Amino acid sequence: MIGLEALYILVGGMFAAFAASHALDRSNPKRWRSAVFWGCFAVVMLAGSWLPHLASGVLVLVMVVLATMGLSPGKDVTTEEAAREASANTLRNRLFLPALAIPAITLAGTLLLPVVRSGGAPLVDPKQVTLVSLAVGALVGLSLALRLLRTGLATAAAEGRRLVDAIGWAAVLPQMLAALGGIFAAAGVGKVVAGLATGYIPMTLPLVAVVVYTTGMALFTVIMGNAFAAFPVMTAGIGLPLIVGKFGGDPVIMSALGMLSGFCGTLLTPMAANFNIVPAAVLELKDRNAVIKVQAPTAFFLLFANTALMAAFVFHR
Amino acid sequence: MLVLSGIAVVILGFALRFNPLLVVTLAGIATGLAAGFDPVAVVAMLGKAFAENRFIAVAWLVLPVIGLLERGGIRERARTLIVKLRGATAGRVLTSYFVIRQLTATLGLTSLGGHVQMVRPLIAPMAEAAAEKTAPLDGETRDLIRANAAAVDNIAVFFGEDVFIAIGSILLIRGFLEQYGISVTPAHIALWAIPTAILAFVVHAIRLRLLDRRLARRKTVAE
Repeated sequence: MIGLEALYILVGGMFAAFAASHALDRSNPKRWRSAVFWGCFAVVMLAGSWLPHLASGVLVLVMVVLATMGLSPGKDVTTEEAAREASANTLRNRLFLPALAIPAITLAGTLLLPVVRSGGAPLVDPKQVTLVSLAVGALVGLSLALRLLRTGLATAAAEGRRLVDAIGWAAVLPQMLAALGGIFAAAGVGKVVAGLATGYIPMTLPLVAVVVYTTGMALFTVIMGNAFAAFPVMTAGIGLPLIVGKFGGDPVIMSALGMLSGFCGTLLTPMAANFNIVPAAVLELKDRNAVIKVQAPTAFFLLFANTALMAAFVFHR
Repeated sequence: MLVLSGIAVVILGFALRFNPLLVVTLAGIATGLAAGFDPVAVVAMLGKAFAENRFIAVAWLVLPVIGLLERGGIRERARTLIVKLRGATAGRVLTSYFVIRQLTATLGLTSLGGHVQMVRPLIAPMAEAAAEKTAPLDGETRDLIRANAAAVDNIAVFFGEDVFIAIGSILLIRGFLEQYGISVTPAHIALWAIPTAILAFVVHAIRLRLLDRRLARRKTVAE
């Protein structure tokens, strides 16, 4: 059965290739920083399932130290703008095919893979169909792009390294944040925060409860970086006992708008690195908070709108 | 209360603009220590949690494809198409992408988009090319347009996906309410995501028009 382990070997192999490419880059005196950083990441990806947790932890700490020192990647090998321009003029719209193949195949795989069976068992782990489909989409896109550009895997590795160098340590930040979420959960941080919110704000009016619930969802998401982590805590702490229990509100309207209020928080926080910090790195922006700054006015308006909608409709059954 | 020290580290670290990777790691260590674990156990906790979340890294598998396509000139081709399109502005390009991204998300097609796959190779170059038709871009304006492209990708999918009945957040809401003996249908939850979805589009489309105005003013100043 194809599951996560197969994907981890693929991803680990890719990052190992990036690390090797850095290690061989003799023109860069600081090449070991990038080589060791991506090398450690590759080892955790490949061996994380059977490596002692302490060993993974030490590898992670090495990565953090290197990232703090600065990765200082060497110059990337790629083509000049004139060559790209010329290539664009010959390949024209065929260039879009591999890019569009990725989502198309991801979608097709998500729909079709669950029914494919080999020897009585499902071919793909049913829980991981989306990720496996994405990987298949990336591989098909890669082979299409290789044929289109008439080049080999070495070029693909070099171009992939160019992108990962532009993104830098931000590439592992989402995973580190997820790890922090795990530690927060183990230490019971969520319950303490919810206790603070419910303990100190007098909620004798339905409107106050609604405002505390929606802004609480947004604030908690800003802190945790994830609306999914905020929802159970805020809904169990304020939503269900007060809005539904005490004031007789509709749990469906409350939950739907509460979750969307959490999404407003996601737009505002560097803790949601995948959406806010990584794209700033991917797009090579000078200010790593530039995406959050652009999103803020829309986020605040929608938080206000969600609160108003909830106040207007949640109590009318 | 002591377990909140991790949150304090996060807020302080981000405010002082330390390296986020360092801040998050220190926050994890502080939280673990405050919860009473010894340092070795905390490092092991960190390693375990990091390894358990490896699935997040699978999305990076698209890097070589996108890198190759950039080498092949995909950004230049995207620019050419927009330059040929009359009436294209940065705001209109981004509003069109908003519509496509939000509508596909309401059908559950959230993978049709993303900052690495779509915004960097296609959407950002298109928006930049449209803005360059009036006047050349300085670095600051280019960054502003790119940040807007990334924001559209986020906002459109956040406030589109909840209209789809089988998305993660709706399943989470349903599962959570069921624990408390409240049974609901996914369609009912999804229905209540529609007003916010419409408002998100209206507000953001207006803001993109304002962006266009700002970019057009830049031209008059340049003249």
